[in-house]
Amino acid sequence: MSSVTPTATPTPHFVAVVKDDCETCQLIGPVLGEIAAAGHRLTVYWQDDGTFLDPALVVVDDRELVHSFRLGVETVPTLIRCDSENGPETRPSRRTDQPRAAGWIRSEWRALTGLPGLGDGLPRYRPGCGSLSVEPGVAEALQVRHGHTGIRARDIRLDPGADLVEACFDRGWTDGLPVVPPTPERVLRMLAGTRRNPGEIVGDVPPNLAPCTVEKVAINAVLAGCRPEYMPVVLTALEAALDPGFTLHGVTCSTCFSSPVVIVNGPIAKRIGMNAGLNALGQGNRANATIGRALNLVVRNVGGGRPGEIDRATLGSPGKVGFCFAEDETDGDWEPLSVSRGISAGRSAVTVFAGDGIQGVTDQKARTPGELTRSLAMALIAVGHPKLCEWAPAVLVLSPEHHAIYREAGWGRRRITGALHRALLRHGSDLVSGAGGVAEGMPLSRKDEKIPKFHPEALLVVRAGGPAGLFSAILAGWPGGRLLEESHPVTLEIDE
Amino acid sequence: MNTKPVILHDPTSEATPTTRPRRPPPDSLDGKTVALFDIGKARAGEFLDHLEARLRARGVSTARFAKPTNAKPATTRLLGDIATGADAVVEALAD
Repeated sequence: MSSVTPTATPTPHFVAVVKDDCETCQLIGPVLGEIAAAGHRLTVYWQDDGTFLDPALVVVDDRELVHSFRLGVETVPTLIRCDSENGPETRPSRRTDQPRAAGWIRSEWRALTGLPGLGDGLPRYRPGCGSLSVEPGVAEALQVRHGHTGIRARDIRLDPGADLVEACFDRGWTDGLPVVPPTPERVLRMLAGTRRNPGEIVGDVPPNLAPCTVEKVAINAVLAGCRPEYMPVVLTALEAALDPGFTLHGVTCSTCFSSPVVIVNGPIAKRIGMNAGLNALGQGNRANATIGRALNLVVRNVGGGRPGEIDRATLGSPGKVGFCFAEDETDGDWEPLSVSRGISAGRSAVTVFAGDGIQGVTDQKARTPGELTRSLAMALIAVGHPKLCEWAPAVLVLSPEHHAIYREAGWGRRRITGALHRALLRHGSDLVSGAGGVAEGMPLSRKDEKIPKFHPEALLVVRAGGPAGLFSAILAGWPGGRLLEESHPVTLEIDE
Repeated sequence: MNTKPVILHDPTSEATPTTRPRRPPPDSLDGKTVALFDIGKARAGEFLDHLEARLRARGVSTARFAKPTNAKPATTRLLGDIATGADAVVEALAD
């Protein structure tokens, strides 16, 4: 007959995590004494200063936050019951599966400890404070130091004291400007900006058609200087640029000037602090400056699109570092670009346009829609070349003061666009090769036609800019888009 | 002093290209077929027509290939057809 040794019921070992800089922790200080006095084993970890605790308690200095991290504590005070003789210290991995009570909810603390009179005289509920271990920057550092980051990208190990910015230059990761070194902490923080799986393939990035994961996007977003909350925009911009209709390969490798111009619509633009107003196309706003840069760094680093190599741009443009802005949607009468392209109102979206730099248009004398339309059309004629039609697309960025001339006459997006197309019908005889003593131009066979400057879908109008200034801007597009099926703007809703 | 190495994560595709030696150019075009590849640039056809006439006048066989637009890369299939169907290729690159 075999004998069975009865298993002893494990003695519960309680662990509390507190910090001095927390009113609720101060409030429940005596409760910890009650738990210990009841005969329970209790260890108290303090995160900043333990002098407020009863000296009779078993206390542990956790200013390094290692224990708080491994216990998975997000709120202080937290009381945890560890059904283990040795407490939680035998478990090196981060865990949150032990029974626990966060903050002060008297009924929960009583249930957890089995002490029905615990905390008599205290309020029934007091919220806790954030654990120092989950503060921004700290959480990722703890994850890197004491956990497993899960990052699959290759580690580049550098000597301590190495100049990290120079190391990025040396490896060819930059667009010529310094980048933010992609340390594990920064990459983890960036990945926290999206719910998407880091291993998910976003698409194959030309010209090398290299598969690009969410994680690689995050690393390049770090390089670009993005904040984590920009990630949904960066990811959607990349997806839009990878749409076969956009033809990112051609845009990247072309001898022309273009690169993806990213135009953001919807509530996310305001939430992440994008600029659609003063200097919207210029410098000074982090989101505008870094989102487009992140996209171009993905093309460079993942896709291999490096200038002077397979990027054959004759001159290029400053926009190839990054060109991103938001549409000004503060005028309720204005139909946002995204809505005009099929996205529901109130949803966030990205439009990518293969564009060059900026050509400013000054008209301070037009007072009627007709005058302004004719004036803007004169400037739009220069896109590509004044004698080339159906050649390159364009974005017209209409400033609020120019838009006001249309709005006050009751003109909306569709009427403005239609009027511009009509004003941009050109006489073939003025355009054919040789006309005006200029060899460039349309084929002689079209001399008797009226030729539209742009294909019907090839002129986008966007509203942006500061409140004062009768100036608008033209972004000329890539001539690879002279036929819609060859390359065209792509608009995608952002999955927030 | 901190002696731990600093880690950065690689932003590239981490792919390693394989390099293969280029096929040596033929010593002579006698009995060879030359592919004339129109990538879709303006007036490429005009240029290749002229070249084709010159090659044929010298008794060289030619084969014409084209992609519909210069804006998009050639398909793998098209590149394979050229590689297997000709001994040399002339690509009309620009207008």
